[in-house]
Amino acid sequence: MKVLAFAEQRDNKFKKSAFETVKAARGIADQLGAEFVALVIGSGVAQVAADLGAYGATKVIVVDDPSHAQHSNTACAKVIATIATKEGATLIMLPASQMGKDLAPRVAVKLNAGLAADCVALKVQDGNVIATRPVFAGKAIIDVRVKTLTKVFTLRPNVFTAAASQGSAAIEKTSVALEPSDFGSVVKEVKVATGRPDVTEADIIVSGGRGLKGPENFYLIEQLADVLGAGVGASRAVVDAGWRPHDEQVGQTGKTVSPTMYVACAISGAVQHLAGMSSSKYIVAINKDKDAPIFQVADYGIVGDVFEILPELTSELKKTLGK
Amino acid sequence: MKIAVCVNHVPDTETKIKINSDTISIDTNGVNFMLSPYDEFAVEEALRIKEKQNGDVTVISLGNDTHKETLRKALAMGVEKAVLLKSDGARDSFGIAFALAEELRQMAPDIILFGKQSIDYDDAQVGTLVAEMLNLPSVAVVVKLDVQNGKAICEREIEGGHEVVETKLPAVILAQKGLNEPRYPSLKGIMAAKSKPILEKPAVLAEMRVETIQLRKPPAKGAGKVVGTDKSAVPELIRLLHEEAKVI
Repeated sequence: MKVLAFAEQRDNKFKKSAFETVKAARGIADQLGAEFVALVIGSGVAQVAADLGAYGATKVIVVDDPSHAQHSNTACAKVIATIATKEGATLIMLPASQMGKDLAPRVAVKLNAGLAADCVALKVQDGNVIATRPVFAGKAIIDVRVKTLTKVFTLRPNVFTAAASQGSAAIEKTSVALEPSDFGSVVKEVKVATGRPDVTEADIIVSGGRGLKGPENFYLIEQLADVLGAGVGASRAVVDAGWRPHDEQVGQTGKTVSPTMYVACAISGAVQHLAGMSSSKYIVAINKDKDAPIFQVADYGIVGDVFEILPELTSELKKTLGK
Repeated sequence: MKIAVCVNHVPDTETKIKINSDTISIDTNGVNFMLSPYDEFAVEEALRIKEKQNGDVTVISLGNDTHKETLRKALAMGVEKAVLLKSDGARDSFGIAFALAEELRQMAPDIILFGKQSIDYDDAQVGTLVAEMLNLPSVAVVVKLDVQNGKAICEREIEGGHEVVETKLPAVILAQKGLNEPRYPSLKGIMAAKSKPILEKPAVLAEMRVETIQLRKPPAKGAGKVVGTDKSAVPELIRLLHEEAKVI
């Protein structure tokens, strides 16, 4: 048996989710007594591939070709499926990142595999991998088993650990022949949004709701976020009101997040919002209304006015963190 | 231009999920269902493409008779034709995608739209599975779409930014919030929808590839500490975050 992990990179740098996926996949391989191989695809990626050694990869297959300079989901999926077949890998793991979610279904179809998407836990039981994934935006959790011989899993970013350790990987370069028709859609340009981390990848998120009274007051959220190196989130109410861009929305019709700390400011905690953030490790709530549902999930709460508390919290944290 | 939109009928976002005693399904008693929000963006985008470039829009859903409510909503928004692929039992993403792909293969649309994910099982995989089954390109999580001269220029959300993706047509496009502002059905539209036909046919389901072992509620989180009621609580909050939670 062999497990293959796809290590996502952008601009020839691995995403944290690549390390998480490699490490988790290696753990599953060990439990199954299976071989393990990591796969890197890109243009000019050979130099960084060895970094995966610190996350448990002893062998890394590198497909380094100028044709992958601009990402194409169709071409990339073909490479993954081809390598998996060549290697005889029957468990394929990818991050459930935007790139991974775009590749996994294609890889699954090509390999006649079943797919468990957006897993937050994997365990081995009687030689089977049981995958756990949130459904209904985290209002429920489902345990599933993939029944096909070949199985594909995507792993939710920011959930599995990516602690580095000692270890080095042997690099094996290979190539997969592609036709022009394999490049059905191609990325032409990448536009980077802000300097702040995306909420799906951030360790800390500071999120604001309608209690901030208007978009002009979101500087309070941004200042606190910047002191903490955090991502900025928003409730559906403020996104629908046009105060904040929709890519900041946390909740059932926004993003589901699992940061180490989620700071909810002037957010009451509607069911659909709680669904998107209650798997955060620590939740801090600041809200005037002591009966707000957000306090039912918060580890630490201040029942008070965000206009008074946020400036104080930002300035005290600046001192504490030496900024 | 021939446009197809695939939609799902899902519990609304305010639903508190209750799990049946079979431990693999949810209790739908008293639950309000609606057109999945991302699918609504897909329907709206289909209508906008049609209005700009002519063509016709067909909306497709897979499920039991209750899905007709969601199909009627799309018809009320202005879609001309609806297809219900009838299926009553349990199914997985692969099975749903297979049945949709079978139908779409015969229909051969220029553009197939989906929501980026259905907000029930949140797989976010069906649209791309269909694309691969039909050997078509796809772009997911699209917030901007420009269709012209046999190709589409899409802007899609990625972590910390956007990608501009060019794809040839036919293609599968998965809509994200921000793509457009869906219209409300007019009274005239709602009346007209009542007489628009819904073509019903049995879904061609594939064998399930993923088996549910158990559906359960997430571990309940106990309420935490209220640290204080004004800014004098801030130093104590910082101390707790630093010493107890160790997050800063």
